[in-house]
Amino acid sequence: MNSKFRINGLDCANCASELERAIRKIDGVISVNINFLTQKMDIEYAENNKEEIIEKVKKVIKRQEPDVTIEKI
Amino acid sequence: MKKRIIKIIIALILYVFSIVVKFDNIWINNAIFILSYIIVGYEILKKALRNVFRGKIFDENFLMTVATIGAFGIGEFPEAVAVMLFYQIGELFQSYAVNKSRKSVSSLMDIRPDYANVYRNNKEEKVSPNEVKIGETIIVKPGEKVPLDGYVIEGKTTLDTKALTGESLPREAFEGEEVLSGCININGVIKLKVTKEYGESTVSKILDLVENASSRKSKSENFITKFALVYTPLVVVIALLLAIIPPLLIESQDFSVWLYRALSFLVVSCPCALVISIPLSFFGGIGGASKMGILIKGSNYLEALSKVETMVFDKTGTLTKGVFEVQKIKAIDISQEELLKLTAYSENYSNHPISKSIKKAYGKEIDENQIIKTQELPGLGISAIIDKKDVLVGNEKLMNEKNIPFSKCNDVGTILYVAVEGKYAGYILIADKEKEDSKKTIKELKKNGIKQTVMLTGDKKSVGESVAKKLGLDKVYTELLPDGKVKKVEELLKAKSEKGKLAFVGDGINDSPVLALADIGIAMGGLGADSAIEAADIVIMTDEPSKILKAIKLSKKTMIIVKENIVFAIFVKILILILTALGLSTMWWAVFADVGVSIIAIINALRALIVKNIK
Repeated sequence: MNSKFRINGLDCANCASELERAIRKIDGVISVNINFLTQKMDIEYAENNKEEIIEKVKKVIKRQEPDVTIEKI
Repeated sequence: MKKRIIKIIIALILYVFSIVVKFDNIWINNAIFILSYIIVGYEILKKALRNVFRGKIFDENFLMTVATIGAFGIGEFPEAVAVMLFYQIGELFQSYAVNKSRKSVSSLMDIRPDYANVYRNNKEEKVSPNEVKIGETIIVKPGEKVPLDGYVIEGKTTLDTKALTGESLPREAFEGEEVLSGCININGVIKLKVTKEYGESTVSKILDLVENASSRKSKSENFITKFALVYTPLVVVIALLLAIIPPLLIESQDFSVWLYRALSFLVVSCPCALVISIPLSFFGGIGGASKMGILIKGSNYLEALSKVETMVFDKTGTLTKGVFEVQKIKAIDISQEELLKLTAYSENYSNHPISKSIKKAYGKEIDENQIIKTQELPGLGISAIIDKKDVLVGNEKLMNEKNIPFSKCNDVGTILYVAVEGKYAGYILIADKEKEDSKKTIKELKKNGIKQTVMLTGDKKSVGESVAKKLGLDKVYTELLPDGKVKKVEELLKAKSEKGKLAFVGDGINDSPVLALADIGIAMGGLGADSAIEAADIVIMTDEPSKILKAIKLSKKTMIIVKENIVFAIFVKILILILTALGLSTMWWAVFADVGVSIIAIINALRALIVKNIK
């Protein structure tokens, strides 16, 4: 399953790759790509309990980058 | 953004004031410095505190905070404020530059339609293109973008395809014609029957492709990510050692001198210049390419393009037009015009591609009253009576059969011999024509570092070799079936050098296995050909080979920018680090190595967007 998010408020490209690494560690996340320049995040994740996975992703973002907000596109 | 600028300006005024006006009590100056520091650095301090509680000690906010507070600690008030001030100015500039390039790239791709005028219940409704279903009727007025793919059911107009192809060649659209989304309607009102949903329409496919392009990272980008991962911790550790070891080992060494050097290290510890400028260069390059009608699916392909040494072309539709055209008319005892006319009249009722090309070359209205009789002679040609004249049009066999003496033509292509009133009157040569820019492109590719150009074709040996010779290709392999092309490309891949890349250029229609096999698959004439867009790594929207040359030039330019930035940033940083360790540099230089280098690298990266001078 694939989802795209707009990701607002990321300060630097380095933060983007750090955030990417953190999200990749989440159970159920198959791949993630954060594009600092286009402000987009692509996540591929397991079909079952997808809502739970997205919640976890949001939590990780909140912890790593409290100023960042995401919205689904 | 505005708030940040105001803060920086206030802090800057306070800072300059405190440097220029010296109070008797130095603590008044220092208090102004601290005030300036808090105004400009508050956000950073807040973030630093937050991040360090999360264990992110190599966070740039934290390192900047340590460096500046440390500088306060050893009494270097002006330096402490300056580091924070310039750091903020640099950050501001960085987000300005990134925003600007984001905007200019998205304006290049300003082809996203905002709405569609759909015809429902006998009324026109303005809806989002997403809501329109296949089979519905939409109306496109002058000046509007075509929102979805479809075909014209009413009206006619001229369309501007610049947004899709990079060239403002107007294209006529009339009833029955297919129209692609993303074109701009110039003058007439047209009604379209929608054939594809928005998500499947040309415009959204193209946008998807370019927007996802920068997620396929190049080697340079991966190198930088790895470099950044090592660089910051390494510099921080050295800074720590620098602050502790020398004062302990060497007697009579002032602790504050070494602390100052260590703090300067921290200022240089952020790899920002590289981390932002390298992806930015690729982003700009991909954006610039799409402005020229070249879609590149990833930074990795843009990078690989600069290393191509073998370029393999498919013949038909790539180097040649793939359509038959009259190439030569040789008339004997009658005028060329007359010969062409009689042939066109004789072929009038045939729908064969050859007949069509002759009628096209003739170009005038055919007066069917003059065609008294035509008869098809299977395997030979046509016998006709045109305006009281007996005409025979056909191949060699026909001439032999009718015992007409003729001189054989040895040119490559399809040859139609013509006899009028039982007497040989000349021939017409019809062949697939090379594209206008094919020859020049092959020649120029050689000048731009391509070592070998190869042509593959399923055509006869004589045809293939003659075209290859005409265009100046190094090698040609003829009479290949599709799997033969795969085998040849495999051989060529083995034969090339390890670092060099092999690119295959085709029209994407039946060569997808080869496109996938090559290091870089380039499909031409992508406009309207979905299969080409999907199969290739690089899609050229028009069908001009010269665009390949442009793409290579752009990739070389981008790679030069990338290398300049890597070398420049690393060199300056390491130089300042060494000088700082030896005590030959100050914290001011450290600020330059951090902020100054970032700004210069970003400005350089923005050059990748400019494609005006690529010819």
